Amino acid sequence: MAERRTIEVGALARVEGEGALHLTVEGDRVLDLRLEIYEPPRFFEGFLRGRAARELPDLMARICGICPVAYQMSAVHAVESIFGTRIDPVVRQLRRLFYCGEWIESHVLHMVFLAAPDYLGLDDGIAIAKLHPAEVERSLRLRKLGNRILSLLGGRPVNPVGACVGGFARVPTRSEMSALEADLAHAVQEAEAHLRWIASLPIPTRPQEIELVSLRHPNEYPMNDGRLVSTRGLDLAVAEFDTAFTESQVPHSTALHCRRRDGGAYLVGPLARLMLNADHLTPAAAAALEALRPRVPAFDPAASVLARGIEVLYACEEALRIAQGYEPPASPASPFTPRAGVGHGATEAPRGTLYVRVETDASGDVVEIRIVPPTAQNQARIEDDLRLLAPGLLARSNDEARRTCESAIRDYDPCISCSTHFLTLEIERRPAPEDSCEPS
Amino acid sequence: MSAHRPRLAVHKFASCDGCQLSLLNLEDELLLLAERVEIAQFLEASSRVVPGPWDVSLVEGSITTAHDVERIQRIRAESGTLITLGACATAGGIQALRNLADVEEWKAHVYPEPRWVETLATSTPISSHVKVDHEIQGCPVNPQQVLRVLLRLLLGTQPDLPGHSVCLECKRRGAPCVLVAKGAPCLGPVTRAGCGAICPALGRDCYGCFGPADDPNPEALAVQLRALGCSAEDVARRFRGIYNAAAPFRRIAAALEREHG
Repeated sequence: MAERRTIEVGALARVEGEGALHLTVEGDRVLDLRLEIYEPPRFFEGFLRGRAARELPDLMARICGICPVAYQMSAVHAVESIFGTRIDPVVRQLRRLFYCGEWIESHVLHMVFLAAPDYLGLDDGIAIAKLHPAEVERSLRLRKLGNRILSLLGGRPVNPVGACVGGFARVPTRSEMSALEADLAHAVQEAEAHLRWIASLPIPTRPQEIELVSLRHPNEYPMNDGRLVSTRGLDLAVAEFDTAFTESQVPHSTALHCRRRDGGAYLVGPLARLMLNADHLTPAAAAALEALRPRVPAFDPAASVLARGIEVLYACEEALRIAQGYEPPASPASPFTPRAGVGHGATEAPRGTLYVRVETDASGDVVEIRIVPPTAQNQARIEDDLRLLAPGLLARSNDEARRTCESAIRDYDPCISCSTHFLTLEIERRPAPEDSCEPS
Repeated sequence: MSAHRPRLAVHKFASCDGCQLSLLNLEDELLLLAERVEIAQFLEASSRVVPGPWDVSLVEGSITTAHDVERIQRIRAESGTLITLGACATAGGIQALRNLADVEEWKAHVYPEPRWVETLATSTPISSHVKVDHEIQGCPVNPQQVLRVLLRLLLGTQPDLPGHSVCLECKRRGAPCVLVAKGAPCLGPVTRAGCGAICPALGRDCYGCFGPADDPNPEALAVQLRALGCSAEDVARRFRGIYNAAAPFRRIAAALEREHG
């Protein structure tokens, strides 16, 4: 008689937003698995209708305090594609710089404060600081630099106010950029040391069959532009998102899951970007990757933390490159003329591809908007990952099993407050039908 | 201070996590703060959960579910001093736009199976449900203001946050007035200071994300914005922003919408 156990993680810690996990295993069989998102819905897709498209950067930033730039960028690209706005090449570079700031602050937060406590068996980053003060202080310096880039372009790191349709409200002066340049040169070395330290920690491995999806651009590591590609040969324009992906709300699940149209789960995020774009890394980031092969890139969600570290290094080098060559553009923002149409935008949030579809009327007001955050896309994949993990958990104590599951969820750096789509559900407690427990 | 480190808990309701993140953005002070107070509960940052009672609770987010109506009561009962952080917790947040709308229609619009979505028809501030000791405004809060409030409480004195408008900060910063110089529809004259006048400093109009200043005069500002060429609808929409449910902004927006028809 197989032992039957239920593992509940009541409130997931060290993730952004609110979620819980319910898992029932019998022998090596998963009877029930639910990653429950109880983040209350805020209905962004409801109240954004009727707003002016130019308001979207300010309003959509509020979806997520951790990755506001991603929401602002996907929204402005979608709107600019409708209005036919031409973006100054320097402004385009500044948008990359803006994104570098967000990747640095978000990735370093995740690596040191959210993930590293798992590897060290500690509760939080503050406990790590007692044992490894120099390492934690270095990561705080890196975060501060990421936040400084965000503040330079956006006035503040959380809900920055600089981005607008057409460009920025204001662009940095040459001397502001020079001041940043000196700090970035130092940060490249700090990011290398930071990655070496993280890579030296006992990071688990969980190799598995996964489809990885990210943007790909012909000559740069993807942030704001590119085609949607995957490790299984997908190659689409962003506007064709719906031909390959579909969102569904299913009983006994707690969120709209975005899946491939054939039903398969997939992974977006730093690991996917690295797997599909390693040929576009900057020199130090490429060297760091070579030193870490074959641990990363690998079809292993647990290696995501290393991909994050490589991207922090990349972002420091890329920001330095942009700062070094900087000459202010003629105008901070291109003018635009509102018009009716449908636009698509996809950019690479720290935690993965963020797709937005906007429809406007002739006066430039939003008629419809659909927002597909990275966590909605990773949700089905997280559940598949946990299903694969579950059979090995029976030999462990409940507490250990819980920690293993939590750590696996954190590998995806889920940003649950992207609650444009997440649900609170009353879930019926009953044995799951036989066929619903297998990974799809 | 006594040997007892005050116990601090951070709680989250409907929100973007940005105010909690602002605490983690105290890069220079975070580790020192963690020595002076015991961080007993901060789920976004730590697995450690020390149950109440807590000396100080920081609350982020608005109340949008029946479950959360109960949860905030329990938190209040366990908290010595309760401080709300940000636009959601103090005024219902951007998501309070639902208060004027048909939430059932929104549900049906966003979700294929709206009946599975449990939510209240309104998004309300914490003070609509329990007694709040101090409110820190902003979307997000300014981390330095949070630090200042906590330090004051550690010293045993009362917080003293500014109630004046963004205009004073803007002048101190030496930023040109975007309303006068550019004719931009700036809400700075009626918006609470605290952000550092970041929007005018970037050359753009303030959109009111620190909420109404003390004794604001949005009616007079609305006349000015209309004189700049904004329609009644445009001006109403500006007040139906991050602090849409704050009374002075809600009232002027409603008046303008009546005028617009």
